[in-house]
Amino acid sequence: MKIAVLSGKGGTGKTLVAVNIAAVAENAVYVDCDVEEPNGYLFFTPELFDRKEVSVLIPVIDRSICTLCRKCIDFCNFNALACIANRMILFEEVCHSCGGCRIVCPVSAITEKEKVIGHIESGVSKNVIVKTGILNVGETSGIPIIRELLNENENDQRISVIDCPPGSACAVMESIRDADYCILVAEPTIFGIHNLNLVYELVEQFHKPHGVILNKCLEGENLAEQFCAENQIRILGRIPFHQEIGMMSSKGLILVRENETHRKFFVNLLNKVIEVIQNETITCP
Amino acid sequence: MIIAIPVDKNEENTTVCMSFGRAPYFMFVDSESGRFEFAENDAAESQGGAGIKAAQFIVDHKANVLLTPRCGENAAEVIQAAGITVYRTNGNSVKENIADLKDHKLTLLEEFHAGFHGHRSNS
Repeated sequence: MKIAVLSGKGGTGKTLVAVNIAAVAENAVYVDCDVEEPNGYLFFTPELFDRKEVSVLIPVIDRSICTLCRKCIDFCNFNALACIANRMILFEEVCHSCGGCRIVCPVSAITEKEKVIGHIESGVSKNVIVKTGILNVGETSGIPIIRELLNENENDQRISVIDCPPGSACAVMESIRDADYCILVAEPTIFGIHNLNLVYELVEQFHKPHGVILNKCLEGENLAEQFCAENQIRILGRIPFHQEIGMMSSKGLILVRENETHRKFFVNLLNKVIEVIQNETITCP
Repeated sequence: MIIAIPVDKNEENTTVCMSFGRAPYFMFVDSESGRFEFAENDAAESQGGAGIKAAQFIVDHKANVLLTPRCGENAAEVIQAAGITVYRTNGNSVKENIADLKDHKLTLLEEFHAGFHGHRSNS
């Protein structure tokens, strides 16, 4: 059972929700797909048991075979190759590892080699297996790391909570690939609604069952709540804008491991989501 | 000597374009004859690596000198590998910059920015 936690922007409370849901499950895997700035491990402080590098393939051009025909340069959609003074130049960080240059080379002058772009750390924190994807600074795309994280997790029967990168671009689409349910975390501001709408459109497009958690709720009218009512989106719960939650988060504490009220809230939330997923599996197997 | 300049329009009184890789046109000026021509910059619409492609383009046009307000580090690597000298433009008038180059009033561009990789169209 895979539950993804998304939001249209950073700082809405994705990690807060993802960490706490994973922590209340009996046995869970928390997967941090926010590989550019993973932070779930700061709360779990897991005891690490595995570290694995993630690589991509980049081209290697054999100058003794290359005829400087430039077919690879013309093919490359990202302009990672240039030919200057009878020599090919490769810009590794621009390359998207599609392998096309190797295929189009008429004289087979191009082979590929592995280049490490980041790594995955696995650890344990009480009842939770914590998997963290970490992209090396300066790399263009974290998608290969997200793919590897999810592949490792694909056949895991435990509850997996996937903490997505912010936004609604490629890295998020990759992160929700296997998700049975998407939790959208929203802030009650105009900016928050704009970003909620982006992820809402995304999960609709991917036909993912979804619901919203309203975070940072204040007294009075709530724009995010109105948005949900207008679009008939299920509201899974409301987290108040409360100093105590901010204080605990700033100390790296996991709410549900500290406080019974919070624990009940997240148990209830997890149960709602499990119920929806089980109904979905019955109605559309 | 062939001088390459990123420009906003393909007409004689055009201004220097603020971007190198995504300039709509390049102007190539032959300093001996004073003749000039314009070429559309195909790199302008690139998904990524526009600077690299634009640099390849001016290298293929056999430019000896590039006048530009700025340039990314990838483009600079291509340009420098080809032995092209890069000067920083002074103001946006093409004519004045060419005159300043002749009078040795332009300074070499030695700072290259890290580029805007992926921040334009393919985030």
